Amino acid sequence: MTRYLLRRVWYMLITLFIIATFSFFLMKILPGSPLQAEDKLSEEQKEIILEKYGLNDPIPVQYAKYLGGLVKGDLGVSFKFDNTPVTTILFDRIGPSALLGFQALVIGSILGIFLGLMASIYRNSPIDFSSTIIAVIGTSIPSFVFAGLLQYVFAVKLGWFPVALWGTSAHTILPTIALAIHPMATAARFTRTEMVEVLHSNYIITARAKGVAESGIILKHGLRNALIPLITVLGPMAVGLMTGSMVIEQIFAIPGIGEQFVTSVMVNDYPTIMGTTLLFAFGFIVIILIIDLLYGLIDPRIRLAGGK
Amino acid sequence: MSKLLEVKDLKVSFNTYNGEVHAVRGVTFDLNKGETLAIVGESGSGKSVTSNAIMRLLPEPHGYIKEGQILLEGVDLAKKTSKEMQKIRGKDISMVFQDPMSSLNPTMKIGYQIMEGLMKHQNMSKTEARKTALELLTLVGIPRPDVRINQYPHQFSGGMRQRVVVAIALACNPKILIADEPTTALDVTIQAQILELMKSIQQKTDSAIIFITHDLGVVANVADRVAVMYAGKIVEIGTVDDIFYNPKHPYTWGLIGSMPTLDSSDEELFAIPGSPPNMLTPPVGDAFAPRNQFALEIDTVMEPPMFKVSDTHYAATWLLHPDAPKIEPPDAVKHRMQGFAQTGTKGGGKR
Amino acid sequence: MDKNNLNNIPKDLFVPLVRKEDTSEKISAPSRTFFQDAKRTLFNNKPAVFSMILILFIIIMSIVGPWMNNYGSDEQDLKRAKMPPRVPALENVSWLGMDGTLSGTFQGKDVQQATAKANARFDNKEEFIDLEVINKGDGTRNSAEVKATYRIYEAKDMKDTYFWFGSDALGRDQWTRLWEGTRVSLIIAFVAALLDLAIGVSYGGISAFYGGRVDNIMQRIAEILVGIPNLVIILLMMLVLKPGIISIVIALSITGWIGMSRIVRGEVLKLKNQEFVLASRTLGTSNGTIIRKHLVPNISGIIIINTMFSVPGAIFFEAFLSFIGLGIVPPDASLGSLIDLGFDNLRLYPYMLVFPAIVISVLMIAFNIVGDGLRDAFDPKMHK
Repeated sequence: MTRYLLRRVWYMLITLFIIATFSFFLMKILPGSPLQAEDKLSEEQKEIILEKYGLNDPIPVQYAKYLGGLVKGDLGVSFKFDNTPVTTILFDRIGPSALLGFQALVIGSILGIFLGLMASIYRNSPIDFSSTIIAVIGTSIPSFVFAGLLQYVFAVKLGWFPVALWGTSAHTILPTIALAIHPMATAARFTRTEMVEVLHSNYIITARAKGVAESGIILKHGLRNALIPLITVLGPMAVGLMTGSMVIEQIFAIPGIGEQFVTSVMVNDYPTIMGTTLLFAFGFIVIILIIDLLYGLIDPRIRLAGGK
Repeated sequence: MSKLLEVKDLKVSFNTYNGEVHAVRGVTFDLNKGETLAIVGESGSGKSVTSNAIMRLLPEPHGYIKEGQILLEGVDLAKKTSKEMQKIRGKDISMVFQDPMSSLNPTMKIGYQIMEGLMKHQNMSKTEARKTALELLTLVGIPRPDVRINQYPHQFSGGMRQRVVVAIALACNPKILIADEPTTALDVTIQAQILELMKSIQQKTDSAIIFITHDLGVVANVADRVAVMYAGKIVEIGTVDDIFYNPKHPYTWGLIGSMPTLDSSDEELFAIPGSPPNMLTPPVGDAFAPRNQFALEIDTVMEPPMFKVSDTHYAATWLLHPDAPKIEPPDAVKHRMQGFAQTGTKGGGKR
Repeated sequence: MDKNNLNNIPKDLFVPLVRKEDTSEKISAPSRTFFQDAKRTLFNNKPAVFSMILILFIIIMSIVGPWMNNYGSDEQDLKRAKMPPRVPALENVSWLGMDGTLSGTFQGKDVQQATAKANARFDNKEEFIDLEVINKGDGTRNSAEVKATYRIYEAKDMKDTYFWFGSDALGRDQWTRLWEGTRVSLIIAFVAALLDLAIGVSYGGISAFYGGRVDNIMQRIAEILVGIPNLVIILLMMLVLKPGIISIVIALSITGWIGMSRIVRGEVLKLKNQEFVLASRTLGTSNGTIIRKHLVPNISGIIIINTMFSVPGAIFFEAFLSFIGLGIVPPDASLGSLIDLGFDNLRLYPYMLVFPAIVISVLMIAFNIVGDGLRDAFDPKMHK
């Protein structure tokens, strides 16, 4: 187990290293510098600034400093926002994104599991049919279309919710719904498929032969076996949420990391772009690692392997 | 001996995409208290479907009991609702399945899987149930039950798993235990252990056992009475002695003849050619006729009724009609019958 | 049994049966190939068939649509900007919204104020504004409500002009742009999906088929690549490359193949170890033949399914890129860029968003349904 963990952490470091290196050289290739924001500086002032950020050093030195900075958690400074350290920018923005993502994940998963469960129990009934439709639409309609629709119908036309921005819990509702649709649809589809398969297993027949009531069969025997594989889907879901957040935050003008990323891309603020990329990659890898560990813990077959 | 179970003219069908499959076409037999009835037949003969029907475990909605009665101590199970059957399954009748690998819930502790039935049917508390579960584990021969009770199925070997399945089945002292090919998936040595186990338990608890198998060797070891099934019907039924010493149906001859024995010399195995018929369109006349080297013209016209050979022994073959030619079982079969008589065992050679 | 019956049977029936043909080994069901079964299952799946028809329809429209009227996709004419949809045949179906009018409800403290607002909104061309008083109002704020319908085509002296899906902010015909945009999006999606297929199948197949060290190394590389989120790579690539169709295709392919390669590798590994391959080898079959006759037919199902699912993914990514401005650059159109423009005008001219949104949603839903249908079709358990 520990060997596995160590191996994973090792891969994580290599991946981050590669991304960091890639980012660094990309940044060097593309035009852009701390001087972008100020045009009206004299030559000397520009020199001072360049010196300050070590941009006159030879590339290998810059690279080494860059990596060193990374280890210490320094992601450089933004070219656009008055040279604020990237870390500060990200730190300020992580709150809304985390909250939104968490809400969407939890609500989406729970609703999705419930829908999928109902669909599998009442197979080929209207409930199954409508749940499948919701699932298909949820995974198909591009999130920005859906978000836009929500915004138009519920905020602009009906006025039930604020159109955009962040602040109160009312502000979180529409974005959460928009973001939760994808996890919900994925969870519903997955749960249904797994439950249908599980309910055909031999041990379910055994349970019936014992006289266990139908509700017990579904909930106690079936669901726990069906949900374990669901954990593996959580990884891609988390990624989807990251992607989705960029879109949703754009549309609802939420000051989160996703919106930050998109903005910095549009204005070519490379340090921020690279910093955010690294953060995303880091978060993603950590999430995957946690999920793999979780899976190993929850499935007794893996947890207690070799107990004969 | 009192009649515990009476199955009367049971017919089971399945609605498939291609039409109605007549899996069981009129099966009648009794089961007495404390006895072991073996149901023997090929794959597709309907033996598993019969036992599933008794437990009302047919896959719905396409499987259903078309006709017939299943009287458990006089009460017709065929008419019970699903809720009522839940009270009966696991308590009055329980089942042991073929594949111990997949019959146990992989994410549930063994202990709980045993205790579940106890808590439900006998209203035991968790502690009482746990105590009983430990006793059961000991009864079926699992060492260190106190440790094992908290383990998961994948931590047991195949044979041990099957013992656990037996423990689960016996938990509530059922009147009838249905064992559906319980040893087919196990090694031969483990097979013998499980059979011993079932016999010893039966002696202790006096439950009746319906033992489903395609292996005549196993039958010889465990059964009191034997029913041979083919294409959804019982073709011969009798005591073990009747069937092994004096088989009357050509299909039974085929089964006995195709058992390899250690004490027979250089003869070919007597194999039954062909495969069972398609149950979508049940054959007219005797279903076995196409594969029966002793078939008569009448076999293609009319189905043979059950002819009485003795009070305990019946066979459904036109060969027993007074007008039929007197046919002897083939030599290979005769040798085996003699072999059984001589050695006094009915199994495949010396055990 | 009926004793009488038994004794009445003619004695000549009790003679040994004379067999005409050996019916013992007859197989009664017709034999079908796997692909025949798969095709049957697929075409029995009504939603899937319907979706396929829809996709076909959209593809056809993307080719012929722009030719159906006389507007080019780039003719800008500010005088004809922001015109609502107007279709000759559907003009009189008022609820469809294709009658060439703009409408809205306006509130004020009395009918006069409300009307004033309506006029302000609609270029003050009073003679072309039809008013309908919904609420007379009583002097309090927003108590009066007026519904105004602006016959804009008449107002702008364009009685004989028809913009089927309306025109955009620069006066370009939306119908033409929509279908050209769909064309661009579809091309990008298909090419990207094909590249994914080519790269993914080769990588995964080679990795799995040769196994051992080759597999090990190739998988390590893949593991690391997988650790980087798709979207991040795509965005970075778009930064480096000049925006345009080719760059988008490259960016999409760089990340998309990994999923396919994983699946292909998994399948080939499974198949490689199955007994029929072993049996074939013991008969002396060459590697090439094994690949061709045993592996390819068995993985083709999964490849087709995966490709079908990667198309909507590619459509989505392209749309997203264009949406945030990193994809197709104006004046070219793609579904994403059209939606982006549509969003800007959502409040006042919703039709600019509605049509591309519908097309992209239908495409993605349809591809997903067909993908599901294919998955069922290639699963032997689902064959009835």
